[in-house]
Amino acid sequence: MPLPYYVSPEQMMQDKAEYAKKGIAKGRSIIAMEYEHGVLLVADNPSASLYKISEIYDSIAFSGAGKYSEFENLRKAGIRHADLKGFMYSREDVTARSLANGYSQSLGTIFSQEIKPLEVEILVAQVGISEHPNEMYRISFDGSIFDERGFAAIGGRSEAIQVFLKERYKNGLPILKDALSLCIAALESVTNQKLPLEGLEIATLDRTRAGRKFRRIPPTESRQILA
Amino acid sequence: MPLFPDDYGSSFFDYLAHQRPDLVPTARGWASAPSSPLEEGRGSQVPPVAHGTTVLAIKFQGGVLIAGDRRATEGYQIAGRRMEKVFKVDAHSAMAIAGAAGPCIEMAKLFQTEMEHYEKLEGIQLSCEGKANKLGQMVKANLPMVLQGLVVLPIYVGYDLKRAEGRIFKYDITGGRYEESDYHAIGSGGKDARTTMKEHFRKDLSEDETLRIALLALYNAAEEDIGTGGPDLVRGIYPTAKLVGASGIADVEDQRIGSVYAALINERRNGD
Repeated sequence: MPLPYYVSPEQMMQDKAEYAKKGIAKGRSIIAMEYEHGVLLVADNPSASLYKISEIYDSIAFSGAGKYSEFENLRKAGIRHADLKGFMYSREDVTARSLANGYSQSLGTIFSQEIKPLEVEILVAQVGISEHPNEMYRISFDGSIFDERGFAAIGGRSEAIQVFLKERYKNGLPILKDALSLCIAALESVTNQKLPLEGLEIATLDRTRAGRKFRRIPPTESRQILA
Repeated sequence: MPLFPDDYGSSFFDYLAHQRPDLVPTARGWASAPSSPLEEGRGSQVPPVAHGTTVLAIKFQGGVLIAGDRRATEGYQIAGRRMEKVFKVDAHSAMAIAGAAGPCIEMAKLFQTEMEHYEKLEGIQLSCEGKANKLGQMVKANLPMVLQGLVVLPIYVGYDLKRAEGRIFKYDITGGRYEESDYHAIGSGGKDARTTMKEHFRKDLSEDETLRIALLALYNAAEEDIGTGGPDLVRGIYPTAKLVGASGIADVEDQRIGSVYAALINERRNGD
């Protein structure tokens, strides 16, 4: 029996991380930004039916960058987790924090145990209701989790976007129009081209809505908001 | 959080049955008794109709109205005066249930979650027909509990956006699904309510007329049936009603129901 080759754990992790990063870098970017009524999510997504942003629960949204099949599975797992929890306990007991923890565990386990890590980066946002602050969690391919304030970016050029937004995002929550135009400007700054509104996927978690807070904003409406 | 569990499709009910069978209303251990419940059930054990309730639905121009009384009974005792028997399912549909209170509420909650779950996973809502069929499957899954005496019978109404009309579905205990063209009522006072609706129903009812007929039907049912509660003027408890139309679902305010009853009672007083 031949002896298995020895690969140092350090080397293996490094290789996996490089592989995952390469996969994610190919994808387009997504931004989440706090605004006066909640959280705005904007994705550079030319498809009008294959979504990158999705509703998870009453006040929680999900977005995924990287490999579609992989973050789609994560999205479904999140919806199942949330619906089960809401059914078992109550609707208010479903929180973004527990969901983000679940994602972090799953991604971390897959990164260390499977041969191929997931090439995804995900973002979980929750709009705060009645004086509670909004929550935004960014979870990367290896399960590391970041608690973001003000804005968060994931996907191919997320670092450049974060630099762009850090300079321009002012403390004090912007109105929807300002937040949306800032997000679009940030996405345009990394793609170096004008992005048509039809090529953007836009959604909000709006605390002023009754019941489910998630809502998609179609291009016709985003045009009106920006006007 | 299991990661790649895609064998459940888009059904929360199936997911629950695999992951947490203890939470599925029908899968309680005692549902499968050692002697075949079907054999036993053929005798007098199967309750012929659901007990203690009247819930009804009527179609009108703008969609469909669904309403129900508020009484809960335990034998000859009144167990509750403020029971809600009409449940919103999603933006364009509602259900009302007759039967044992606990399993009824559980089924409504599970069905609401099921619809929302499907919508989120698939990105679009189920069709009106699809929702009605899914509810039929859930009623069918409840059959073992029916044989234990815990009947749950729903009536389902939805606004079909494709056909641009309201629709009413009734069920039997085996999950059989039947569409009603005009109106329907179930529960112990269902027959009385249907008689009233039969006399007053027309094809082109306005919203106000429909509400009046629904409340009159519940009133008549409450007069004839001990399981159905009438308007409680002392405590200000009235039957609940919801309107399901193209623009979505809306509760009829208590005040509006109260004023319809005030007029009805006044008519009766003067008529006698």
